[in-house]
Amino acid sequence: MKEKIDSLRESFEQELSRTMSSDAVEQLRVAYLGKKGSVTGLLKSLKDVGAQEKKELGQHINQLKKQVEERLAQRVESIRAAEEQREIAAVERYDVTLPSKGLTGSYHPITLVQRQLEEIFSSMGFIVEDFKEIVTDYECFEAVNIPKDHPARDMQDTYYLENGQLLKTHTSAAQNFILQKYGAPVRAIFPGRCFRNEATDASHETTFFQMEGIMVDKNISISNLIYFMKTMLSQVFEREVKVRLRPGFFPFVEPGFELDINCLICGGEGCSTCHHSGWVELCPCGMIHPNVLKMGGVDPEEYTGFAFGLGLTRLVMMKYGVKDIRDLNSGNLKALSQFQQA
Amino acid sequence: MLISMNWIGDFVDLSGLDLPGLIQRFTLSTAEVEEVVEMGRDLRDVVAGKILSIENHPDSKKLHLLKVDGGDKIYDVVCGAPNVREGLIVPFVKEGGMVAGQEIKTAVIAGYESHGMCCSEKELGISADHSGLMELPEDAPVGRDITEIYPIKDTVFEVDNKSLTNRPDLWGHYGIAREFAALTGRELKPLETVSLEQFDSLPPIDIQVEDTELCLRYTGLKVRNITKKISPVEMRIRLFYCGSRAINLLADLTNYLMLEMGQPMHAFDCAKVDSIQVKRFGAPFSFTTLDGVERSMDENTLMICSKGEPVAVAGIMGGLDSEIEDNTDSLLLESANFDGASVRKSSTRLGLRTDASMRYEKTLDPEMTDTAIQRFMKLLLDVDSDVQIISRMTDVYVKHYPQVELSFDQAYVDRYTGIEITGERILATLHALGFGAQQQGDSFTVQVPSWRATKDVTIKADIIEEITRIYGYDNFNISTTMSPLYPQRKSPGARADGLAKDLLVKTYGLHEVHSYIWSDAKKCKGLGIALDENVKLLNAQTPDHETLRRSMGPTLLSVLQENRSFAPAFGVFEIGRTAEGLKEDGLCNERKKLGIALFSRTTPERELYLQAIEIVKALGQSVKGIKLELANCTPQYSWQHPRNTAAILGKGQPLGWLCTVIPSVLRNIDSKAAVVCVQLDMDTFAALEGQELIYQEPSRFPGIDMDLSLLVPEGMRFADMEAAWAGAGETLKDVSLIDSFEQNGKKSLTLRLAFSSREKTLSKEEVQPVVDSIVAKLSAAGAALRG
Repeated sequence: MKEKIDSLRESFEQELSRTMSSDAVEQLRVAYLGKKGSVTGLLKSLKDVGAQEKKELGQHINQLKKQVEERLAQRVESIRAAEEQREIAAVERYDVTLPSKGLTGSYHPITLVQRQLEEIFSSMGFIVEDFKEIVTDYECFEAVNIPKDHPARDMQDTYYLENGQLLKTHTSAAQNFILQKYGAPVRAIFPGRCFRNEATDASHETTFFQMEGIMVDKNISISNLIYFMKTMLSQVFEREVKVRLRPGFFPFVEPGFELDINCLICGGEGCSTCHHSGWVELCPCGMIHPNVLKMGGVDPEEYTGFAFGLGLTRLVMMKYGVKDIRDLNSGNLKALSQFQQA
Repeated sequence: MLISMNWIGDFVDLSGLDLPGLIQRFTLSTAEVEEVVEMGRDLRDVVAGKILSIENHPDSKKLHLLKVDGGDKIYDVVCGAPNVREGLIVPFVKEGGMVAGQEIKTAVIAGYESHGMCCSEKELGISADHSGLMELPEDAPVGRDITEIYPIKDTVFEVDNKSLTNRPDLWGHYGIAREFAALTGRELKPLETVSLEQFDSLPPIDIQVEDTELCLRYTGLKVRNITKKISPVEMRIRLFYCGSRAINLLADLTNYLMLEMGQPMHAFDCAKVDSIQVKRFGAPFSFTTLDGVERSMDENTLMICSKGEPVAVAGIMGGLDSEIEDNTDSLLLESANFDGASVRKSSTRLGLRTDASMRYEKTLDPEMTDTAIQRFMKLLLDVDSDVQIISRMTDVYVKHYPQVELSFDQAYVDRYTGIEITGERILATLHALGFGAQQQGDSFTVQVPSWRATKDVTIKADIIEEITRIYGYDNFNISTTMSPLYPQRKSPGARADGLAKDLLVKTYGLHEVHSYIWSDAKKCKGLGIALDENVKLLNAQTPDHETLRRSMGPTLLSVLQENRSFAPAFGVFEIGRTAEGLKEDGLCNERKKLGIALFSRTTPERELYLQAIEIVKALGQSVKGIKLELANCTPQYSWQHPRNTAAILGKGQPLGWLCTVIPSVLRNIDSKAAVVCVQLDMDTFAALEGQELIYQEPSRFPGIDMDLSLLVPEGMRFADMEAAWAGAGETLKDVSLIDSFEQNGKKSLTLRLAFSSREKTLSKEEVQPVVDSIVAKLSAAGAALRG
């Protein structure tokens, strides 16, 4: 009986090693462990032996049965694993280097820079406002302290309409509206399109964007103005930028400044963008003129404030290295379709 | 404006200071310097040389062979100048020396060695005169370096005129010198003048200021016996360096004085003008200015007249007939002040912008007219001591500016600047700039000097500028504000713009463009689009751009046309402004519009049209959470296709349109492409009330879809079928079109009816009655189930 068990074990191992599929393994399982299987048969034959022997042989047979079960399971697993490997090996390796379209649409670069500015200023508590392009003489000039006959009106070549309105020459045209709408204190930016009737070339356009900002409260100072300008420009260019302030004359501020930044195209060496000076006039700014506050319904004895007008179009040109301003309004998709990232 | 540092040095001692650094500070504290030029730095070994002898060149009529005494030795020189003569002392460049940036080497000229060069004024860089050698005075020390004889070395800088617009006091060297005095803390010397009091007993000039509105002050003086004709070299160098052309002594002096004090002056020939009337003429007339141009004057132009005849355009230019000439020996000197705005308007109208008008239009200080005459006489008498004064200084002072006095306290300065500037510093700065200033405790009282009081400094904030610019903005301690912060949300308009742009770029792959607010008549014509009547610009650069656009359509169609080779299929959009004529109040009806234009050579027009509809619907959902509707309508514009133009409606309000274009326009864009154009009024759209999202628990039971394939009659629209399932019960959740095609001239489509219930899993049997009822209604409407 003992020998029978051993030879059965041996023949099982031989047959198992020949199985190549899970079906064959199943057949083997039936042949050994099924109702009519060899191992089952051995167990059945135990009833013919004596009690002492029965116990000992029973242990042996059960050991064999357990062994057969384990070995079958192992075999199934290894065949399954081999089959999986074959399936994996049969699959094509896809070409990751194939060209793909990705995002196809594009934003106008003005939108991209405008959004960046809006994000920076919103995070500092500024309202983002919007304003018309066709304005009245009052909005564009009178309300920002540029009375009739003021030479400043000569400085801006204004497009006049036959109904007496005009195309806004600067975003300052919205100052009165903002002051009237919100009163003091207020922090607001208002990007918008401006128009000047001048000959166009690589650095002049009739139609361009500015972004104006104002901050009015009880103790706003020149020191605050410089702080906000520096902070804002360092955020915009994502690095410390060199700036300088010099006196500038704008009727709606007093004192008024021209803010220059170190030319980012040439790094201050001098190039055509900065007219070989190393500095680019970027941002007229100043303390809001008391008359402008007054006309906006804000008491200049109680409140002070600063205002700045950022050349949004110029900023776009500097940021992306656009050399010809006319590309921006050209509608030329070879130029504009490049601006994909938001 | 060009500024000579030598000239500045007459009024403030800048010795020992770093000039380039100082000029940089001038930019940061006063006005922008555009360029700094070092004059006379390219001269080397140029000396006073005496021509000892002259021989004619044997082979040339023009050339002479000279022996020139250079002080150290005698040089052989070949020279072609016409005015060579024995004994003449000239500027002489020794061999190895340098002039006009070029080294003068020993050279063989027409067979003879030349060991140096005699120079003209132009070669020295001190004038444009190249007619002959510069002639030095007989007592010029031979061998002395020319730059030690004349102030040829100078630092000249150019100030951007625009940055001087509000500073009438800076239009002369004296005013600039005052800035340098304040910047350096050095003393500003007074102008040297001659007192004319001793001539008060002489007869006055007959000066009648008839126009007391436009002429503020007129001061005159008559002199005679002027014998000198040529200005001193020093004066001519300064004039040349500052961009002025030397003419004759009298003309040069008026220019010199203007460049020095900023006061324009005019010298009339006394033989032609001996009395003055200042007035406007009632009617237009013609007048020849001293540049020889006959000009038509209008009735608003202020004129200077003598005996009723016009002799000068006030503040702009003299007349040809009364011009001083080389033989003029007596003159009537004008030093006057005219209304700035009037001069500006007249000069603009005449197209004649002169150094004088440029200054007057800044509103000059009327206080300086008499000082200017006293200074002029000082300069004239220094050159020509024989000159006789034959009138008293006659002064008609019509309009004084009021004295401006301002008060403020230390707290105001602290609050406005945000830094600490001491009272001492405030007083010192204001005094240096010529202001009167007193401090009492924390309070300051300031008297504005006349040269700053014509319009420039009128309020206390102006004083802040004076204090801070001299303090230097680079020296400011900067700090953030202590203001409370409030949350800020985007306006509905800005929010709508942002969401729309993101959707169009990211989901639909469109390109954002910008175009002009005016229609382009030429481009419209090229596309065959008739220009809409609309508000016009008065001063467009070309008549093609004079009409504002009514819609975004034509500009975007041009963009498609111009980019038709960019890709086989693409789309563009713009959020821009249009003017839809005028409103009742006469103002433009400005609207913010979203325009979209799609182009495709790969998609049939019908599909492109459906794509555009999808975009419009998506805009409604993503921007406002609402369903936008479309309804066929009559085109608004002649280029829109009459069969395929639809109105876009949101909550019943018209928001815009969606259309294809008529065949002729389409062919002009691209003969092989389909084009669809959309416009949405963003102002109205953004103002619509949005639909808040309402969450519904998802059903836990699977739904069931039933597909219906139908043959539909010609002309039947989807909307015509909708009645068939309206009221079909709440288990019918959605009806969608999953297929449509045409076969044998018949239109087939497949509808998918999606059923589900929140209570149970629906069986086919349960929904079949609903389906049957829908089929029955559809067939009643003419749509039959396909076999």
